[in-house]
Amino acid sequence: MMSTILQLQNVTKLFPVKQRTFALKVRQFVHAVDMVNFAVETGEIFGLVGESGCGKTTTGKLIVKLYEPTSGKIFLDGQDITLIRSGAALRRFRRAVQMIFQDPYESLNPRFTIFDTIAEPLEIHGVRSLSEREAQVAEILSQVGLTPPETFMFRYPHELSGGQRQRVAIARAMVIRPRFVVADEPTSMLDVSVRAGVMELLLELRRDFGVSYLYITHDLAVARYMCERLAVMYLGKIVELGSTEVVIQTPLHPYTQALLAAVPVPDPTYKREPPQIKGDVIAPINPPPQCRFLPRCPKAQEVCARSPHPPLVDVGGGHFVSCYLVR
Amino acid sequence: MIPRRNVGIEPLWKIRARLWARSLRKNWGLFWESRIGPLGLAIILFFVLLMVAHPILMATVWDPRVYDPVVGFDRAMVGRHPAPPSWAHPLGTDPIGRDILSQLMWSTRSEFALGVTSALITVVIGTFIGAVCAYFGGVVDTFFMRLADLVMLFPFIALLMVLRSIVTLDLWRLALVMGVLSGFGGITIILKAQALTVKVKPYIEAAKVAGGSAFHIIRRHIVPNIMPLSFLYMMFNVTGAVFTEAVLSYFGLLDIRMSWGIMIHTAESAGYLGAFGQYWWLWAPPGAAITLLCFAFYLVGRGLDTVVNPRLRKR
Amino acid sequence: MPLLDVRNLTMHYVTKMGDVHAVDDVSFMIEAGEAIGLVGESGCGKTSIALTLLRLLPDNARFLGGQVLFEGKDLTHIPEEEMRKIRWRGISMIFQAAMNSLNPVYRVGDQIIEAIQNHLPISYREAKRRVSELFELVGLPPEVIDRYPHEYSGGMKQRAVIAMALACDPKLVIADEPTTALDVIVQDHILRRIDEVRKKLNMAMMYISHDIAVIAEVSQRLGVMYAGCLVEFGDTVTIFKRPAHPYTVALMSAFPSIKGEKRKLQGLPGEPPDLLQPPLGCRFHPRCAYATAICAQRAPRYEEIEPGHLVACWNPRSGRA
Ligand SMILES: Nc1ncnc2c1ncn2[C@@H]1O[C@H](COP(=O)(O)OP(=O)(O)OP(=O)(O)O)[C@@H](O)[C@H]1O
Ligand SMILES: Nc1ncnc2c1ncn2[C@@H]1O[C@H](COP(=O)(O)OP(=O)(O)OP(=O)(O)O)[C@@H](O)[C@H]1O
Ligand code: SF4
Ligand SMILES: [Mg+2]
Ligand SMILES: [Mg+2]
Repeated sequence: MMSTILQLQNVTKLFPVKQRTFALKVRQFVHAVDMVNFAVETGEIFGLVGESGCGKTTTGKLIVKLYEPTSGKIFLDGQDITLIRSGAALRRFRRAVQMIFQDPYESLNPRFTIFDTIAEPLEIHGVRSLSEREAQVAEILSQVGLTPPETFMFRYPHELSGGQRQRVAIARAMVIRPRFVVADEPTSMLDVSVRAGVMELLLELRRDFGVSYLYITHDLAVARYMCERLAVMYLGKIVELGSTEVVIQTPLHPYTQALLAAVPVPDPTYKREPPQIKGDVIAPINPPPQCRFLPRCPKAQEVCARSPHPPLVDVGGGHFVSCYLVR
Repeated sequence: MIPRRNVGIEPLWKIRARLWARSLRKNWGLFWESRIGPLGLAIILFFVLLMVAHPILMATVWDPRVYDPVVGFDRAMVGRHPAPPSWAHPLGTDPIGRDILSQLMWSTRSEFALGVTSALITVVIGTFIGAVCAYFGGVVDTFFMRLADLVMLFPFIALLMVLRSIVTLDLWRLALVMGVLSGFGGITIILKAQALTVKVKPYIEAAKVAGGSAFHIIRRHIVPNIMPLSFLYMMFNVTGAVFTEAVLSYFGLLDIRMSWGIMIHTAESAGYLGAFGQYWWLWAPPGAAITLLCFAFYLVGRGLDTVVNPRLRKR
Repeated sequence: MPLLDVRNLTMHYVTKMGDVHAVDDVSFMIEAGEAIGLVGESGCGKTSIALTLLRLLPDNARFLGGQVLFEGKDLTHIPEEEMRKIRWRGISMIFQAAMNSLNPVYRVGDQIIEAIQNHLPISYREAKRRVSELFELVGLPPEVIDRYPHEYSGGMKQRAVIAMALACDPKLVIADEPTTALDVIVQDHILRRIDEVRKKLNMAMMYISHDIAVIAEVSQRLGVMYAGCLVEFGDTVTIFKRPAHPYTVALMSAFPSIKGEKRKLQGLPGEPPDLLQPPLGCRFHPRCAYATAICAQRAPRYEEIEPGHLVACWNPRSGRA
């Protein structure tokens, strides 16, 4: 029986938006993350997919405490991390949870050498001796495949290729041996040929250190290769959640179906049907109480228009769907 | 797993020194290509030379009784002061018989001391406040920004006049006052704007996730990233300080024994400025020196600008 | 006669650090009304090819040779005046990230009208009617003509940019990464719309992308680029069934798919090439699993290995995918 490492309970994050066009001040909020619930098992790679702006990064940043939730609780090993404020508890938390950022070009300080970047967390977490830091940086560099480490340690980010930078970003997150890592689109900026190598590296690091990941991506094909379970997000809500192959082979939510139908297939003989979806992307600003997907749903029935947003219910075998038409 | 050994075959400081030297070489190259930067530097060097030469000349060829910039007097020429340039006095003498060239060279030192000190104070304050405001935002930010607005609107010269009636304004006090005042002024706004562009970079978030405190992030990430711009503004501030000193001295508001501004003030108070072309050696050398030194620091600043602001670089 | 016949195109950028070998000896053809794809990784020279064809190169570019025969006329030698007529009316281009280059202070419709009037001698009224037709063609509601770019979503902006490229009924449209910044659903809409328009107007399209799945879906023939060279060209189905160049093989086994068996992805070893000093011989040889001694010495010839399937490789693969 696997244990749960991370659990989100009714987590909500609202961002106030400034509306200058109205004379009256109407308080408006972007519902970036709205009543989200999921749990990640120890050693699991849990995927979070969805279109741009649906709240994936915000979810990740809530987990690493770059943002505080507007409401809801986040548990790491059973402890509510939203209550942690400062001091020793925060330090312990920072050691346990790390994040790999989306953009390998902007997430490395251009004035830091690779050594400075990777040694920074060690320094913060009290590895005083310089030779010890050097040894650990060298070790992690060779683990992420930047060998021999001596030739990389004292270069600057602009002297590395995109794939190498992404490896440095991974090394920085891994050097203090976190137990949980939020990987925010770690391969989206990389070329195909380099991408596969970085994906393999993340899998290897899990094998070696037993890290658990929240793997954020907009690319369902990538998610298929990385994740055991998958949650599909639409405008701040999780609409479907289940084991990756099940969700990809038998999607039940109309949005997941549309999303999957839109993914291009690298096979010229395969004729893909157009996705069933109406209209254009909507911003999640003060959304109406009904199902978030209602305005774009091709299958919507009367029940959808007169009920609140549907709850996420188990349709069997740990496959959760949030839709009135799937029961 | 590789064995735990000290991988750097060289000690770390050596590698750092080499990296530092490398970036210095690269930046020097860019500075050199700017053309105007090196020109400014050459002019500054020329003034440094004047500054260094003065004590040497005083110790060797110049008789202190005649050539001292403050209390010297050439008895050989009594009644002919202010005397035009001659072999004995290459730039002539002032109305009370002192050698102009000696005054000019001697003052260089105080101009440098004043300019650099006040600029340094300005920049240290500006960098720190700018970084803090950008990082914390909110009340801290609002307070310092309003303060900056206030300082910028304040009649600077009037303030110094009032100040002078309370304390004697010597060189160091003037440097301190100017440094502090402009440190809380416009420069904080400029450096804060720069710090803000750094603050939103994902590597700042990465440092936070790594556990870095606010102090750590300001010190290790924000300040080093705005430092080049601070350095640039330091050059422009030297110009400002030298110029302000000249203006204040001209109006006789400073308790400084000798400076370029005072040289002009002396000429003016003795009534020699009116006959414009006639007594040119009284005002032209200090005037030219002020202009030239300000210009030189400005040029160096512009040269640094091409190093610091990559978008100005021609590729 | 093919619509466009590119022969031995070579173009370098001159920089302080040396020459960037961005396009080296590239040859291919486009027939009227056909859709071809150009795939390759970031920085391999895809955009550079398009810019060379249209003679829109930056100042530091050096055109070093080759021919671009458009309807039999060599575009590399005609006067700039004539070339201006061909750009837009003969060949037009949807630029990479063009949707971000819409001017935020002008209405989108007016920007397109101005562009049309720059190229065709027609009145504002007519131009405006043309814009409404184009908007309908790309699936934009007519009421958004008078809106500003910030009122458009990313997908709408991209559609507007496509409408602009179609304004003068070109015979060939080059679309440089037309959907890269967009979400899959929007991407799907737009690609389908472009394809419909292509068929309706019988235009030829050249899609440039790094995404082989997109290229697989939209193109009938495709070219694979690596480090400034076109390494493989041919029928899309053939290349996907029987990739011959080791780079194409590697690219395909590195690409994940949501359909079919879940197989292990294979990354490519080594570093992306440096176009300042491209490897001697075959540019792919330092990363190639099938390289032999000759690969490091002489560049392979670009040859037909089966009818209509051209490959530049000393040891072409065949029959494996
Ligand atoms: N700091 C912020 N202040 C205000 N709004 C924000 C902030 N961060 C995110 N948002 C808004 O919240 C929503 C979700 O953003 P988020 O970055 O989580 O999306 P995402 O799923 O990661 O998108 P992408 O795939 O584009 O990275 C968006 O509408 C965004 O505009
Ligand atoms: N003006 C220029 N001066 C010097 N080098 C250039 C210039 N423009 C492009 N390059 C270089 O030429 C090469 C090819 O660039 P190009 O833009 O054609 O690539 P691409 O295949 O379109 O890449 P991407 O997928 O990133 O758009 C790259 O290595 C690039 O760095
Ligand atoms: S020519 Fe040689 S090195 Fe180049 S792709 Fe073919 S086998 Fe590989
Ligand atoms: Mg994101
Ligand atoms: Mg390009």
